[in-house]
Amino acid sequence: MKRSPEGRAKFSLLRRLPPAWRRPLAVTGGLVAVFWLVIVVAAPLLAPHDPLAQDLPRLAAPGAGHWFGTDELGRDVLSRVLYGARVSIPLALLLVAMSLLVGGVLGACAGFFGRWVDETVMRIADLVFAFPTVILAMVVAAALGASLQNAVLAVLVVSWPSYARVTRGLVMGLRNREFVLSGRLLGFSAWRSLRVDILPNVLGPLLVLATLDIGTATLLLSGLSFLGLGAKPPTAEWGAMVADGTQQFDKWWIGVFPGLAILTVVLAFNFLGDTLRDALDPGTARTIGAEKERVG
Amino acid sequence: MTPDPTAPLLSVDDLVVQYHRPGASPTRAVAGVSLQVRAGEVVGLVGESGCGKSTLARAVCGLTPAAEGRITYDGTQVRPLRVRRRDPALTGVQMVFQDPYGSLNPRRRVGAQIADGIRTATGRGEAADGATPEDLLTRVGLSAEAAERYPQEFSGGQRQRIAIARALAARPRLLVGDEPISALDASAQLQVATLMRSLAVESGAGLLFISHDLSVVRLIADRIAVMYLGRIVETGPTAEVWADPRHPYTRALLAAVPKPDGAGVLPAELPGDVPDPAEPPTGCRFHPRCPQAFDGCDREEPQLIAGGVACRLYAA
Amino acid sequence: MTAGNVLEISGLTLDLGGRRILGGVDLAVRPGQVHGLAGESGSGKTMTGLAALGLLPPGARTGGRIELEGTDLLTLPPRQLAALRGRSVSMVFQDPSTSLHPMLSIGHQLTDHLRHHLKLNRRAAKERAAELLTQVRIPNPLEALGRYPHQFSGGMRQRIAIAIALACEPKVLIADEPTTALDVTVQAGVLRLLRGLCDELGLAVLLVTHDLGVMSAIADEVSVMRHGLVVETGPRGRVLTEPRHEYTRQLLDALPGRSTV
Repeated sequence: MKRSPEGRAKFSLLRRLPPAWRRPLAVTGGLVAVFWLVIVVAAPLLAPHDPLAQDLPRLAAPGAGHWFGTDELGRDVLSRVLYGARVSIPLALLLVAMSLLVGGVLGACAGFFGRWVDETVMRIADLVFAFPTVILAMVVAAALGASLQNAVLAVLVVSWPSYARVTRGLVMGLRNREFVLSGRLLGFSAWRSLRVDILPNVLGPLLVLATLDIGTATLLLSGLSFLGLGAKPPTAEWGAMVADGTQQFDKWWIGVFPGLAILTVVLAFNFLGDTLRDALDPGTARTIGAEKERVG
Repeated sequence: MTPDPTAPLLSVDDLVVQYHRPGASPTRAVAGVSLQVRAGEVVGLVGESGCGKSTLARAVCGLTPAAEGRITYDGTQVRPLRVRRRDPALTGVQMVFQDPYGSLNPRRRVGAQIADGIRTATGRGEAADGATPEDLLTRVGLSAEAAERYPQEFSGGQRQRIAIARALAARPRLLVGDEPISALDASAQLQVATLMRSLAVESGAGLLFISHDLSVVRLIADRIAVMYLGRIVETGPTAEVWADPRHPYTRALLAAVPKPDGAGVLPAELPGDVPDPAEPPTGCRFHPRCPQAFDGCDREEPQLIAGGVACRLYAA
Repeated sequence: MTAGNVLEISGLTLDLGGRRILGGVDLAVRPGQVHGLAGESGSGKTMTGLAALGLLPPGARTGGRIELEGTDLLTLPPRQLAALRGRSVSMVFQDPSTSLHPMLSIGHQLTDHLRHHLKLNRRAAKERAAELLTQVRIPNPLEALGRYPHQFSGGMRQRIAIAIALACEPKVLIADEPTTALDVTVQAGVLRLLRGLCDELGLAVLLVTHDLGVMSAIADEVSVMRHGLVVETGPRGRVLTEPRHEYTRQLLDALPGRSTV
């Protein structure tokens, strides 16, 4: 880290953060994520042009007036990238939230009640796992009809089993813990047990999984759109924009900028997920930066 | 409070608890045990690893189903805990577990967890006696303001006291301790054991105290039962069993306890290993290791006679 | 270093994570003697044992001296310390289910460091291993060499751990709560074994345990630790019957059955 005046100011701010957050990865991830969330909200204010307007010179290289260049229909790539954030990121977040909810509930029931509930849920999950993720998502999206909503549903179908499996494992580990048993001995109903004892204790690891999954969800959605199974033109969506870019390979700016956007979002949330995991895991937190010394 | 001599609070009759192994006959962790606990009485159940005492404790609470035999608590048969909510009549049986670090929900305040117990008692139809979590915390020797804190802020011994408070809040008539002191510091062990005894006895409850620590059990139990490989080999008033152990296993067990008297005496050894419960020895389960085994011990399995010992040396 | 002491700890201090764990520990162990180190959890007794082997956690800062026949173990460079570890000073840990490698055969675990330290060939190492297993009274030693830890009971595993520790004929054996995790009848066997080995081989044993009964059974000298300091040292008989320090007295009084002995 450079010791410029700004560097030093940043350094002192770092001291106020909890230990797991003091690493460069955590700070970078956090800042980039915040940056994109600001874009999601403020895109209309920040975008220099209307993303759908086709009034600029076509296929113009990055330059004055169009910093990211223009595409084959004369649309400003920068504005489209900024507006694309409003499509990709909220949908990815929504997707993860829904997968977490559906997968989490099903997995918790499978883990807690066992027997036929467990068998049913896990066999369906196995069915989904048996297919390559992207292919299955494509099949579902195609079957439902190509649209952004259906792409979201398709990704939901392929994503919930991971959450279900993890939740089931966590719940099975917890349901025989002494405090859960003592709750049942005190007359807790199964639902109360789940609500009060089990779920609060599985939320941590699930949250880590979800954060790490935001990147994957973004990629999957973009991938589906790239394949034409998601966002319909002329919607500005990163995956679709990358697809356009492959048609105009020498006009590199059309595909590279949306690609970079996807990359930075995925990385940022991955870093955040890693940080969250380290923060929640008492073992790692203690060994960060420890070394042996000898004195006297 | 003198124990009621007529009706035992807990009656375990010929209990068998099994574990299933794939492709083999089930293993009997508890192979026919009969035991009783009266109100206001402390029964110490001792034995070494693999004897089935923890399995027995769990079966008594309904956490493990019984394969054969009956467990009766206060006239009600103890049914295994299933998905359905616990029968309120059975919430009078409460358990204190071995691991103090797993006994409490790390995400809830201590007071809230104890309040669960209080609600259980009133839910059972007992008259509300105005007990609060703070009262219960004080009774177990912790400060009232602990109610606002989370379990992680306490040591193992303190957590065990909180777990006891939670169990007691439900006003149990039978308290079962499954090795409740084994995971504690040596100095906390006797304190917590004595606490359990006094709290149980003063509320008129029975206490079934399972432990492998003979010295502690000797101090707090009125009666003692010794288990070996799924069966009870000797039972009787603590002082008597201690002073004059009859079963060869009980003798070996007591002789193996090192005495902190500074004399440098090596404790007596019991040769051999505990057999696999899946394949117990024929006849008397202890006979391969018994220094007093004689002809027929490998064929005939002695039953627990009224005198409280299951050994052919004492058969009528 | 006083003549006759094979392990001498003088003024050992230990700081970890900003806290002072040991504040100046003095201890001496002689050959053929079991020196018991008693104390409750948090007293620093385990750390003292680990310090002698250089097995302290990262971030530990030590002071004072730990002399093994004159060599200060605390200032030794890592390579030389590694040469001594397992060869001249070794350790037995509390939990036999985690102190043995679950995926290596017993024979392998016994001969590995044996061949490294003593440069024995495979056959000689195997013979020595079988000999060791006989010494610790494992039945069918040759067959046992090919078996894995999970096939043995807890007591046997602890005996095997002792055999591994003794393989290179160390001068000092540090035993950290070696019988705490064992049943009382099994403990009796292991205690007899330890005492027997100490007498036969002239081994110096530093026995760390909170159990004063165990201490009474096999220790010759006893040191009591509290909050990182040794509060009392002396012959076992004297310390356990006529303790001079208030804390020792408290520990003894807290024992069940003390008043009835």
